[in-house]
Amino acid sequence: MVDTHISISHVGMVFRSSGGDVVALDDIQCDVPRGEFVCLLGPSGCGKSTLLNAIAGFARPTSGTITVDGRLISAPGPDRGMVFQEYALFPWMNVERNIAFGLDIKGIAADQKQAVVDRLLDKLGLSDFRDRFPRDLSGGMRQRVAIARVLALDPPLMLMDEPFGALDALTRRSLQTELLRIWTEDRKTIVFVTHSIEEAIYLADRIVVMTYRPGTIKRDLVVDLPRPRDPASPAFNDLKRDLAELVMAEQERSSDAERRAAAVD
Amino acid sequence: MTRLSSVLRGAIMPVLVVIIWEILSRAGVFSAAFLPSPLAVAARWVQAMQPLQPFNPSESSYLVWLVSGEFPHDAAASLSRVLSGFAIGAGLALPLGLLMGTSQRIYTLMNPLVQILRPIPPIAYIPLAIVWFGLGNAPALFLIALGSFFPVLVNTIAGVRQVDSIYLRAARNLGASSMTIFRRVILPASSPFILAGARIGIGTAFIVVIVAEMIAVSDGLGYRILEAREYLWSDKIIAGMLTIGALGLLIDTFASRLNDYLLRWHRGIGT
Ligand SMILES: Nc1ncnc2c1ncn2[C@@H]1O[C@H](COP(=O)(O)OP(=O)(O)OP(=O)(O)O)[C@@H](O)[C@H]1O
Ligand SMILES: [Mg+2]
Repeated sequence: MVDTHISISHVGMVFRSSGGDVVALDDIQCDVPRGEFVCLLGPSGCGKSTLLNAIAGFARPTSGTITVDGRLISAPGPDRGMVFQEYALFPWMNVERNIAFGLDIKGIAADQKQAVVDRLLDKLGLSDFRDRFPRDLSGGMRQRVAIARVLALDPPLMLMDEPFGALDALTRRSLQTELLRIWTEDRKTIVFVTHSIEEAIYLADRIVVMTYRPGTIKRDLVVDLPRPRDPASPAFNDLKRDLAELVMAEQERSSDAERRAAAVD
Repeated sequence: MTRLSSVLRGAIMPVLVVIIWEILSRAGVFSAAFLPSPLAVAARWVQAMQPLQPFNPSESSYLVWLVSGEFPHDAAASLSRVLSGFAIGAGLALPLGLLMGTSQRIYTLMNPLVQILRPIPPIAYIPLAIVWFGLGNAPALFLIALGSFFPVLVNTIAGVRQVDSIYLRAARNLGASSMTIFRRVILPASSPFILAGARIGIGTAFIVVIVAEMIAVSDGLGYRILEAREYLWSDKIIAGMLTIGALGLLIDTFASRLNDYLLRWHRGIGT
């Protein structure tokens, strides 16, 4: 018996705009078991963020339902910690205050809060930066703080929207490895949006490939490679080639659509 | 060393101007009433800065005695008007600005009125201020409050409206209520704008206080230089003007230091 954590059922999302309606999501059907690491993969504009935001509770789907732990999602909540590509750290708070923000809101006692913050600073290698403001940190460090801020509330589910998209290749790899380490320790459910095929294969138990407008699920596949995965291995590259074909087809439709839109302007 | 030399270089022009001015005065190019010599101005300034009574420990503390001279007394009067007028103006503008910034309904309701009133210079309210409040401190405070009200209001509205929605989303995601978001996200995120508005507001207050003192009250630096004009004491007028300049510089330096301290997290301010 699988323990279903997220259940996405016939979800559609239509954005009304002056230039006509945009069907961002159409009849998305997907169940995520507890503890699974899922990657949503697809070209720009295929609706990955829209789906993630719907799970987070930022936007209601125009049709269908999303339940987390059997409860219908209608608003954002700390049980679904979100990590944004733009970090979204509060620039007026130092690293420690940022990490403690969710705990402040929960009204956790000061000493207990400090213990959690200290543990996370240590876990993410941030101890030397606790008093720094976000603007004095590199991109990689900022994203570590954002991850720690979410982990502080120990949510059963983490939603990550291209969290490493703005980082250089080396920093990216080290954060991926760190994320996998954290995930192995806590076994949280993770929904991770990316448009990097390699990142998806490196991280995920399962990859959901999406189509471009309307956003539907094109392929839902299990990555059956032992971890740590070696991006140079033949099996890794076979999968990469297969996925590249799927994604490229959507990529072309996406850039065609964008060219047409540009021509209209 | 470079710092010292740049200070010295910066001093060249002012010193040169003063020397030429002194030479022209001594040559009798201007009458003392038209343009007194720098030395006469300096002498007047020293005189006006000095306490009127000799020091008497039984009457006051040394510090109070030290600032009991005419100009120190006037400067204190002007400064306290600026601060209280600013406190009233900013104290009203801040809550209204926060409301207008957060609520589209209140914004649509209030904005036309704000836009109509805002371009009227506070000085233009002088006749009305006298009709309403008579003479004395009340009309002065009204004008100063008015002068600081709009800069703070407009900047607060703009500050709240420019808060990046990603912070709001992050805060909601972490479980923050609307009240918490307002207090811990919107307020700090808009503080660079609000503080910039406060700085403009206090600058305006300082301009207005000098004008207000010329018409409504009988102390303060504005009153003092107008009084000196009646006796054609041009040296005292200029000494008073320089004191006004020094006070303005003091206020702005303090405001700017405070700004830098409060916004030390903010991009664009050196640490
Ligand atoms: N608020 C909105 N109003 C109108 N259209 C929207 C809105 N948000 C998203 N869209 C459209 O919906 C589609 C899906 O957008 P979404 O941001 O989910 O894509 P994405 O897969 O996350 O892309 P990217 O990789 O660029 O982040 C896009 O075509 C976008 O233009
Ligand atoms: Mg996106």
